[in-house]
Order: sequence, then C-alpha cells, then structure tokens
Amino acid sequence: MHIQVNVNGEMREADVEPRLLLVHFIRDYLGLTGTHWGCDTSNCGACTVHLDGEPVKSCTILAVRADGHEVTTIEGIWSGTGLTPVQEGFHEEHGLQCGFCTPGMIMTATALLERNPDPTEEEIRAAISGNLCRCTGYENIIRAVRWAADHRTAREEVSA
Amino acid sequence: MQVPARFEYEVATSVEGAISLLQRYGSETRLLAGGHSLIPMMKLRLASPEVLVDIHRLDKDLRYIRDDGGTLRIGALARHKDVLESELVKEHYTLLTDAETMIADPLVRNMGTVGGALANGDPAEDLPAAFVALGAEVVARGPDGERTIAVEDLYTGPYETVLEPVDIITELRCSRQPAGSAYFKVERRAGDYASAAIGVALNLADGKIEDVRIGMCGVGSTTLRARETEELLRGQRPGAELYGRAGERAAEESNPLEDARGTAPYKRDLVRVLVGRALEKAVERAEVV
Ligand SMILES: Cc1cc2nc3c(=O)[nH]c(=O)nc-3n(C[C@H](O)[C@H](O)[C@H](O)COP(=O)(O)OP(=O)(O)OC[C@H]3O[C@@H](n4cnc5c(N)ncnc54)[C@H](O)[C@@H]3O)c2cc1C
Ligand code: FES
Ligand code: FES
Repeated sequence: MHIQVNVNGEMREADVEPRLLLVHFIRDYLGLTGTHWGCDTSNCGACTVHLDGEPVKSCTILAVRADGHEVTTIEGIWSGTGLTPVQEGFHEEHGLQCGFCTPGMIMTATALLERNPDPTEEEIRAAISGNLCRCTGYENIIRAVRWAADHRTAREEVSA
Repeated sequence: MQVPARFEYEVATSVEGAISLLQRYGSETRLLAGGHSLIPMMKLRLASPEVLVDIHRLDKDLRYIRDDGGTLRIGALARHKDVLESELVKEHYTLLTDAETMIADPLVRNMGTVGGALANGDPAEDLPAAFVALGAEVVARGPDGERTIAVEDLYTGPYETVLEPVDIITELRCSRQPAGSAYFKVERRAGDYASAAIGVALNLADGKIEDVRIGMCGVGSTTLRARETEELLRGQRPGAELYGRAGERAAEESNPLEDARGTAPYKRDLVRVLVGRALEKAVERAEVV
C-alpha cells in the first residue's frame, strides 16, 4: 500500500506491506534510528513518537495507520539552535545512563509539558509510567522533567 | 522481531462502509480500532485475521462523550484518555475515572478505544466490569440495523461475545446515574491488567443501600456480575460489618483461575477485600451528593 506520512514536517512516501509496524517504517525506511525498539510487547515505551501530537507506542501501530497523519520523532523535536529544555534537563540532572529509554522518555515528557507546563512529581510519575528505564532509575528522570518545567517557564518569562 | 502475519488492509470512511466491508470479506475479517489489543495478539499469532478494516477515520462520527438528558453516551472510538479527562464522567460516573487512571499507561490510553475494550472480550479488561456495575448497554449495528445488548450479556466466554462478525459497536449507553460509585483494582505493576478488580455503583434511600450493582474483572472466564452479593446488600444500612459479609459472598461468587497474575485463592481474597473497599468508597461518595 502506498502511504504518505508527514514526518518531522516533511512529507515522506513509501510502498509498504500493511503489516509493517510504524517503528520499523521510521527506523528502516526513513533511517531515523533515534526511535528505539525495545520490548516488542507494547510495554517499554522506547518506541514512543508523537502521532498527531500525542505520544504513542509506535511498535503497536501499523505504518499504514499513519497514512495522511503527522508523526514527530526524537529527531524532529530539535529546533536546530541548541537542546530543548527537556533534553537539557536530562543532561543537567543525569537523566540517562545507557540512553536506550531516553528518546521515548523525552517524547513523553515533551508532550506532558505541552499540556501541563507545571506538573507535580506525582503527575510526572504517572505520565512516564508507560516508559521503562532499566538503569538510570526514575528519580533522576523525574528531576530532569522538573528541571525542564522550571527552565521552560523561565525562558517563556524572559521572552515575554 | 515480532510482526503480524500477512493480511489485507481496508480503511472504512463510514459506519455503513465498515459493515459492508465486513460483509464482503467474511468471517476472517476484524475491525481495527486502537489496535492495542489486536496488534499484540497478531504479533503472537493469537489472532490471524485475513483482513483488517481500520475504523479510525470514523472518529468524526464515533468519538464523543455526552450527556443526553441524563443518559451517558460514549462513542465507540472515544479513547481511554477521553474518558479519563471527561468532567461529565468524573462527576457522575466516577468509577470510570477510577478505572481509567489504572488502565494501561498514558501512551496506551491515547490509542485504546472504549469500543475495542468492550468488543475484545478479555475477562481481565477493566471497562466491561465498570460498565456492568453501571448497568450500561452497547449499541451494535449490523446489516439488519441496530440493537442494544446489556454489557453483562455480551460475553459467552474468554474473547467470545454475542456480536456477529458483521457487527460494529457504535456506542456505549448508560441511562442510570448512580449517586455513588467506585472502582478498585490490584495489579502486579503499574499499567498491568488486573489480578482482580471490582466496580460498584449504588444509590442510597433513607440511609439504606438501594439499587446496587457490582462488576468483577479478572476473576472468571468472563466479566462477572455479583448478583447474590447485590441481593445481600439491598435495603441494608451501610457499615463495616455489612461490607465484610458482602466481600465474602462476592469471593464465593467469583471463579478465578490461576495464572501469572495470581493463584485462585489469592484472587478470591482480593475480591473479598476490594468489594469492601469499593462499597465503602461508593457509599462515601453517595453521601456527599
Ligand atoms: C501494554 C498494554 C497494557 C494494557 N493494560 C490494560 C489494562 O490494564 N486494563 C485494560 O482494561 N486494558 C489494558 N490494555 C488494553 C487496551 O486498553 C486496549 O487498547 C483496549 O482494550 C482495546 O481497545 P483498542 O481500541 O485498542 O482495540 P483493538 O485492538 O483495535 O480491537 C480489539 C478487538 O475488538 C474489536 N473491535 C474494536 N473496535 C470495535 C467496534 N467498534 N465494534 C466491534 N468490534 C470492535 C477488534 O476487531 C478486535 O477484535 C492494555 C494494552 C496494552 C498494549
Ligand atoms: S518497543 Fe514499543 S513499547 Fe517496547
Ligand atoms: S538510561 Fe538505560 S534504560 Fe534508561
């Protein structure tokens, strides 16, 4: 089936089998390997991307389902002028070790802060409950998201 | 790498169109809503449909949650997330909000739909038990028109429903607005299916329990309704002693199987405890109104 998907602002087209999963379309057809592929059982969230602005697990979505829709991957959240506040937060607060879960965590955290710019610790925990980290530990990740929330607001205040 | 077996893929653009695609392709055809039950099952070859009819483009017709003169109407394509965020649901059908906070995780809740959760027929699915407690019914449409089926009559066995292969669930309807309701669940880890879960919805009259319904999840080969327990509660004054007796009766009514989520005696004991907690919370909420 021929599909057209807006990926990171660019229209991408391909002929794919209906059974191709979105995560493999992103990684193997488009070469965007920042989206990781971990458990294959819809549990780990390493494959998180935004579909029409919402964070979702791309290993549990058919590529054909994204036909005519918008997908944002970790490569697409970077503005080109530096790190985003969420990325910077993970750097500042040591929110990663091996980095395997990090793209998914950042996609989920970015979506959270867009909807809820000032989340409580409990809200952060709930938001990332579909993203598993096997090495950093969640405490630093939560601090990283909180750091991003603080500095995001600070930046908005400066630019206002 | 897990991928589904080959299948043909069609996209429906109207409810009627979906029904005629189901008719055209025959019984090895399945609807694809959020895909968050079906795709994992296809990866594991627990399902191998020959054709998928994707209905996500019916959002414009089937994605809504509204009050219709005291009747709650939820479109089949409402996402778990929509239910969780609905103020109407939170105010009048609180057990659905309770359940949604514990269904899967936010990423899954962005995709999974109410219609899919009801049609799937997994006895460990949360929403059917909550809807049994509400006394809700599904609206199913097929080639011969529309009919309604009480959620408690929907299931004939694990992953088996009374729906025909050519039927599509269009709506979930609930005409009863309980004064108080609650849903309690025990899961092994965040986002997992229930080891056991209990939904309760009730009204109080003159300080006595009236019109109580209890749905049980994960403790039988289908979603269960605890009818004998409801009978025991009707007309009684709420209190710890009554909740204790109700919990014991519900544990007897449940019929859990041992699996990775717990042994049968453990699940039975969960039913006993959770029925008590859910009753207490539902009564507390009913008294505030
Ligand atoms: C990691 C993970 C954790 C989960 N945890 C939980 C949990 O804790 N509790 C819980 O209750 N659920 C859980 N789920 C299931 C999740 O809620 C599913 O998304 C939901 O149950 C099914 O909805 P869907 O739209 O994805 O259905 P699909 O997968 O698209 O469809 C499921 C079945 O229903 C049929 N169907 C779909 N829509 C209709 C319709 N309108 N009419 C007729 N038939 C239809 C399909 O043909 C298919 O047979 C979990 C899922 C995952 C992946
Ligand atoms: S690879 Fe998608 S959830 Fe793990
Ligand atoms: S940083 Fe290694 S899994 Fe999270």
